[in-house]
Amino acid sequence: MDWLFFGEISLAGLAMGGLYALIALGFVIIYKATRVINFAIGEIMMFAAYLFLAFAGGMELSPWIALPLAVIGGSILGGVIEKTMIRPMLGESPISVVMVTIGIGSILVGLVEFIWTADPQLLPSFLPREPVFIGPLYLAPKIAYGFLIGSALLIIYLLYFRFSRGGVALRATASDQAAAYSMGINVRRVFNMAWVFGSLAASLAGVLVAATGGLSPQFGIIGLSVLVVVIVGGLDSILGALVAGVFIGWLETVAGAYLGGEYRMPATFLVLAVILVIRPYGLFGTHEIERV
Amino acid sequence: MRIGDAKQSYEADEAIWTSSTQKLWLGFFLLILMVFPFAVDSYLLYLGCLVGIAVISTTGLNILTGFTGLISLGQAGFMGVGAYTVAWLSINTGLPFPITLVLAGLMAAAVGILVGLPSLRVKGLYLAIATLAASVFLHFIFAEWEPVTGGMGGLSLEPAHLFGLTFQSDFMMYFIIVPLAVLMVLAARNVFRTRIGRAFIAIRDRDISAEILGINLLRYKLMSFALSSFYAGVAGGLFAYFYRVVTPESFPLSMSIFYLAAVIVGGMGNLLGGILGAAFMTLVPEALKLLTAALTPFYPNAPVFMSPMLEIIFGGLIVGFLIFEPHGLAEIWHRIRRFFRLWPFRN
Repeated sequence: MDWLFFGEISLAGLAMGGLYALIALGFVIIYKATRVINFAIGEIMMFAAYLFLAFAGGMELSPWIALPLAVIGGSILGGVIEKTMIRPMLGESPISVVMVTIGIGSILVGLVEFIWTADPQLLPSFLPREPVFIGPLYLAPKIAYGFLIGSALLIIYLLYFRFSRGGVALRATASDQAAAYSMGINVRRVFNMAWVFGSLAASLAGVLVAATGGLSPQFGIIGLSVLVVVIVGGLDSILGALVAGVFIGWLETVAGAYLGGEYRMPATFLVLAVILVIRPYGLFGTHEIERV
Repeated sequence: MRIGDAKQSYEADEAIWTSSTQKLWLGFFLLILMVFPFAVDSYLLYLGCLVGIAVISTTGLNILTGFTGLISLGQAGFMGVGAYTVAWLSINTGLPFPITLVLAGLMAAAVGILVGLPSLRVKGLYLAIATLAASVFLHFIFAEWEPVTGGMGGLSLEPAHLFGLTFQSDFMMYFIIVPLAVLMVLAARNVFRTRIGRAFIAIRDRDISAEILGINLLRYKLMSFALSSFYAGVAGGLFAYFYRVVTPESFPLSMSIFYLAAVIVGGMGNLLGGILGAAFMTLVPEALKLLTAALTPFYPNAPVFMSPMLEIIFGGLIVGFLIFEPHGLAEIWHRIRRFFRLWPFRN
C-alpha cells in the first residue's frame, strides 16, 4: 500500500469533509429550530454558486465582492422560501413538508436552467494557486483554501450560537418551543433566522464546492451526500454534523479513489444503512420518546 | 353523502358500488377504455399506455404512502427490479408474459420486504431515507452486476407473448396494460375492505395506537411494503415490455419523486386520487410539449425553455397542491360532483 497516496487522498477527503460539515451545519440549524428536513439544500447551494457566477463572471465584479453577494443572495433565498412556502405548512405532516422542499428543489433547478442554461459552467478561479504541502503531502490549493474559508465560517457559527442573543434564542426554540414563546422569544423570527443562517452556510459551501468541481444544474445531487451526513451524525446534533461531515467526506473520497467513482455513493449509503439499523437517531442525535 | 342513502347493514357500508348510477357511469367509463384504442391515433395510444403503467405504480405507492403513511423514495428502484426480472426471464427462459409479470411483482415484493425491514426500528423520515439508500444500492446493482443486468448498456428484450400471440405494437400492449391497471386498482380497493387494509390505515393514523389495538406493526408494515412493491414490480415489468429496453438510467431517483408527486397531486390515501394524479402528471409534460410545438413558429427558441419550464411546473405543482389543495385532485373531483348532485340548487 502506498501510504503517501493514501495520505494525500485522505487529506483531500478530510478537506472536502470540512465543507460537508459546513453544509450539514446549515441543515441541522434548520432542522433543530423548525423540524423541517430540507431536501432543497443542495439546490440552494447550486443557486448561490450560480449567483456567484453571475456576479463574478457575468458582471465581472471582483470575486471577493461577488462571494459575499452570492452568499447574501443565497440566504435571502432561504428566508423567502421559509416565508412563502414553509410557513404555510406549519403543523402539517412531515411527509408533506419534505415534499414541499423537494418541489422547491425542482423549481430552483428549473429556474437555474432557465437563466443560465443546462450546460456545465466553470467558476472564475479566485483562490490562490500555489500548491499546498502539509508535511510531504500535496493538497490541491482550491480544496485547501475552500476548507480554510469554510472552517472560518464554521467557527464563527459555533461561537455565535454559543454566546450571542440570537443564538441563545435559536437554541431555546430548538429545545422547547412553547417555553421559548412564553419567555418572549419571537419564534417566527427564529424560524426565519434559522432558514437564513442555514442557507448562508449552504451558500458559502456551494460556491466553494463549485469552485473546485465545476457547476451544472445537477449540482444539487450533493444534497444526497449531505443527507447521509446528517442522518449518520444525528439530525439535531451540531457535533454530529461536524464529525459525520468529515468522516463521510473522507470515506467518499477514499472509496472514489480506490474502488472507482461508481462506488462513492454506495459506500456512504452503506454506512447510512448500518447506522440506521444500529442507531436510528444517528451517532449524536437525541433519541425521541414518543407517547400516545 | 347522498341524501336518503342511510346504510342499514355492514355489507351496505362496505360495498364498493353504492348506487346504480355509479355502476352505470363506471360501465360507461370501461366502454370508453375499450373503444379508445380503436378511435385514436398512435400518439394518444402511446399516452394511454403510459398512463396505464403510471396508474399501477402510483396505486402501489399510494398503498404505502397514502394508506400506511410510510413515505418511500424507492418506487423507481422497485420498478427497476420488476423490469429487470421481466427482461431477464424473457431473454433466458422465454416464458409468456402473465408468468413473467407475476414473477416480476413477487421479486419486487421480496426486495420490498427487505427494504422495509428497517421499519422495525426506524420510521417517518428516517425510513424514507432508508428507502433512498435502497434505491442507491439497487441502481448500483443494476449498473454493476453485468452478467445479469447487462451493466450500463442494459438489456433489450423480445415483445411480450402468450399462446403464440406477440404483443409488439402499442395497440396490442394497450390490451395488456389497461385491463391490468383496472384489475389492480380494483384489487387495491378490495384490500381496504379487509382487516389488512384497515390495519394499514390504522398504522397511518397513529402507529402506537394501532399497536395497542393489537396490530403487529412490523408484520403489517412489511405487508404494505410487499404489496406496494408488487404493484411497482408489475408496472416495471410492463415498462420493460413497453419500451423493450431496460437500462439503469430508466429508473432514476427523479422517477421515485415523480410517483410521490403523482400521489400527492392526486390525493394521498385515495385510490381515485392515485389514478387522477398518475394521469395528470403523465399528461402535463405532453401538454407542455404540444404548447412548445405550437409556440415554436413565433418564438424559435421555445424548445430550449421547455425542459426548465417542466422542472418549474413540476415543482410548482407539488408545492401548490400541498399548500392550497392538500387533498389533491380527488378533492376537486368530489367538489365538482357535490356541485352537480344538487344542481341547479345551491345547497
